[in-house]
Amino acid sequence: MARRQAIKNHGLEKAILRHRVIFAVVVVVLAMSAVLARLFHLQVVSHEHYITLSTNNRVRLEAIAPPRGMIYDRTGVLLADNQPSYILELTPAGVKDMDDTLARLGKVVELSELDLRRFKRALRRSSSFQPVPLLFNLSDEDLARFAVERHNFPGVEIEARLGRSYPLSGTMAHVIGYVSRIDDKELARVDKTNYRASTHIGKIGLERYYEDILHGKVGFQQVEVNAQGRRLRVLERQSPEAGKDLVLGLDASLQAVAEGAMEGRSGSVVAIDPRNGDILAMVSVPEYDPNLFVNGISSKEYSALRDDPEQPLFNRSLTGQYPPGSTIKPLMGLAGLDYQVTWAGKTMYAGPYYMLKNDERKYRDWKKTGHGTVDLDKAITQSCDVYFYDLAFKLGIDRMHEFLDAFGLGKRTGIDSTGEAPGLLPSRDWKRRTRHQPWYPGETLIAGIGQGYMLATPLQLAMSTGAIAMHGKVMKPRLVKGIRDSRTGEVKALPPEQVNQVDLDNDAYWKQVIQPMVHVMTQRNGTGWWRAGRGAEYTIAGKTGTAQVFGIKQDEEYDAESLRRKLRDHALFVGFAPVEDPRIAVAVIVEHAGHGGAEAAPVARKIMDYYLLQRLGINNKSAAKEGT
Amino acid sequence: MRESEQTAYYLARDIIRFLHVDVVLFLLLVVLISVGLVVLYSAGGESLALLSSQGVRLMIAVTGMLVIAQIPSAVLRRWSPWLYAVGILLLLAVLVAGEMGKGAQRWLDLGVVRFQPSEMMKLVVPMMVAWYFADKPLPPRLVGIIVSAVLVLLPMFMIAKQPDLGTALLVGSAGIFAIFFAGISWRILIGMVASGVALAPVLWHFMHDYQRQRVLTLLNPESDPLGSGYHIIQSKIAIGSGGLFGKGWLNGTQSQLDFLPERSTDFIFAVFGEEFGLVGAVLLILLYTAIIFRGLHIAVYAQDTFSRILAGSLSLTFFVYLFVNTGMVIGMLPVVGVPLPLVSYGGTSLVTLMAAFGMLMSIHSHRRLLVH
Repeated sequence: MARRQAIKNHGLEKAILRHRVIFAVVVVVLAMSAVLARLFHLQVVSHEHYITLSTNNRVRLEAIAPPRGMIYDRTGVLLADNQPSYILELTPAGVKDMDDTLARLGKVVELSELDLRRFKRALRRSSSFQPVPLLFNLSDEDLARFAVERHNFPGVEIEARLGRSYPLSGTMAHVIGYVSRIDDKELARVDKTNYRASTHIGKIGLERYYEDILHGKVGFQQVEVNAQGRRLRVLERQSPEAGKDLVLGLDASLQAVAEGAMEGRSGSVVAIDPRNGDILAMVSVPEYDPNLFVNGISSKEYSALRDDPEQPLFNRSLTGQYPPGSTIKPLMGLAGLDYQVTWAGKTMYAGPYYMLKNDERKYRDWKKTGHGTVDLDKAITQSCDVYFYDLAFKLGIDRMHEFLDAFGLGKRTGIDSTGEAPGLLPSRDWKRRTRHQPWYPGETLIAGIGQGYMLATPLQLAMSTGAIAMHGKVMKPRLVKGIRDSRTGEVKALPPEQVNQVDLDNDAYWKQVIQPMVHVMTQRNGTGWWRAGRGAEYTIAGKTGTAQVFGIKQDEEYDAESLRRKLRDHALFVGFAPVEDPRIAVAVIVEHAGHGGAEAAPVARKIMDYYLLQRLGINNKSAAKEGT
Repeated sequence: MRESEQTAYYLARDIIRFLHVDVVLFLLLVVLISVGLVVLYSAGGESLALLSSQGVRLMIAVTGMLVIAQIPSAVLRRWSPWLYAVGILLLLAVLVAGEMGKGAQRWLDLGVVRFQPSEMMKLVVPMMVAWYFADKPLPPRLVGIIVSAVLVLLPMFMIAKQPDLGTALLVGSAGIFAIFFAGISWRILIGMVASGVALAPVLWHFMHDYQRQRVLTLLNPESDPLGSGYHIIQSKIAIGSGGLFGKGWLNGTQSQLDFLPERSTDFIFAVFGEEFGLVGAVLLILLYTAIIFRGLHIAVYAQDTFSRILAGSLSLTFFVYLFVNTGMVIGMLPVVGVPLPLVSYGGTSLVTLMAAFGMLMSIHSHRRLLVH
């Protein structure tokens, strides 16, 4: 302590600090005085000057919304467009008597109760200097009438904006999704500067998934305005950068054909190009009109859609999860061949049911008499359940899970859209994790015919069928195949993505399963022949399916008619064509329609006919002509 | 005083002692923050979302202040060199990341949070200088001054290179204030200031084009009314048109009609001046000055060298914030990215500033009571 004292002189230090603090106080006082003097000069001496500048302030910085990118199908058909629409806006600060103005406006343009209610709600939320929209989509008549009366309405303005419109309305609803007004939550997620002038944002589907690409970059302009904030002229402008266009692999005419084939039913159709994973058509019926959502749907219209028992808002192709039923059998056959628990030509006797040792339960075939002696070919052609019970038993759930997993079942495909469901590929591990129960052997049998816990989306079924067609090439499905620069028109093609390659021990196995699938469509006892396979001008490989619908929920209202319908099986079909050079793979699900061969397969045939014969011009005759 | 009142009084005193809060400083800050939220509501276009996110940040910042107030200044002193070393390393990391990212880089992305090392240096540099002088005889000798100058200039240049002129300025001044309170002789101080002025052309050479433009614009804003002069012209019109009593809360046409850019962040003082006039502005500046003086008061009554230097430096840094921001908004100083302390929207400076007040409270409340 004593030594420290000799070096450090605390008294001196304190004195120095005191002096320095006094100096600092003087500096602070001087500096702040300078600021105050300047403020006095601005606010008192030159106040008149600045108040004049303020009331005459003419230069305002405004954000300009970029035009949203368009969406085209593969042939250039416009699927999502921007239409100019006129909006009537009120700026509260510029309006003297709001009620009077609204009453007088009502005589000039047509104002509904709903418009007024919506406007008053928006009015409460916005600041008094912000324009609040009153009426969207003004007609030419309204425009003309208001233009004449405009001078009587200070603070009321017509705004021209580009509004989203979907020319094909319902047909593309589940493919494209829709845009709607931005809400606060979305505003917090995006770059605020870039969305300063934007009123809409992609909510679901492609519009949401590709929001960043479609939106573009905001522009700014300095405009001269008068005292009421009315624009006089543009002084300087930095143009917005338009969003990029999307080019889909989808064929709008094929989509319309698929939609027509599903007319009046509920279900889904997914058609893909198995070579690259392009979605050619993706229909989910019933549909809704996405245009309703763009400028805010009324709550009455919305609840009508929401409460519709057929669920038009539900995108069955991506979000619907169905038991695949017998459509799983070709994959099961491949698994049996690859693990060598069966082989081509190996026969067994298939009675009316199958039984496990130490199990009383009878696992029944759909055919009450049984199929008799069957091999793999016959089992697929006639969709013999007993054969596949036996095959599943010999494979075991672990090997089944591993094999089906390689084809992309039970997990999201990663399609470029929103709301995709993963489906469900059961396994021992899954059951222990979610149900805390062991796996029972009987459940393996049920899974072998695509029932029980197993669920797949129509998209997954189409993709796995495509993978069979391409001998193990599992593609990632995609809706968008190119991004188009709207200014230069240049299209940047996106490369197709292969997610997996399934290699079998013997390449001949593919043929040994595809051939029976051809027999499904060509042999008289094939399940798809009578209603779909007959008279085709090209070779189709297919598999029908009929998925049992289990139990009606306890709380569902009892209605004999609808109950009977709801208990009916789903009709399924998967297939591809032409077998020699596959160009299209299709999955069809018709809800509560009954038998797959009768109800789902004809839909697929119509789609294949249109696409292969009319669009691509492929048939046996032309192939024969080329040959000669 | 009745007995119950007396009990309440003692209880309150004990709580305040226990929390290590300086009541005067705390009350001044509460008033300032409240005023700030009122202005922000208007500046942000009456957005409650903006207000509530600022509220959350304030909550975090005040909690940080209270936590730091619990740490005795002796502990802060011991940490100083380590914090400084970490800070320099982080700045280095930012520079390297910036080299690779090609362009301005101020943030370190730590996955969970994004962290701005330059912000922390506003506190760490004065701590380091104070630590350095803590056990040396004062006033410092030449060697001491040179060493401390290096301690200040190294991080300052690293930050200026990011480039973040505003923060570099604040970090540099925090360090120089620390040297100033250590008792550097006037001759050397004046010499340093003079050489700084002489170095201005060199600094000009190193400036980015946009930074030069800002200085030029300050000298003659009317030369470029649609470009960089736009900010200053609009903000002067806002303040000037406010007059003696202002246009009233939520009624500033300059700010509400979108004429004034960055009105909820760096230019919020213009909104205040427009809506509350000269009277409001004078009161606000008095409030700020009171906070600065309270900080200097704490420095005077601090009991060791480290605390004295640190408290003095932090108080004057707060002053620099105020002066640079108001000076910029009224067109006295160039447009540098310095927020109006505790009022501008934004979280980073808020946390640093409140941490500094936490240190001031710690210094004041951990004094050993002297027997008079």
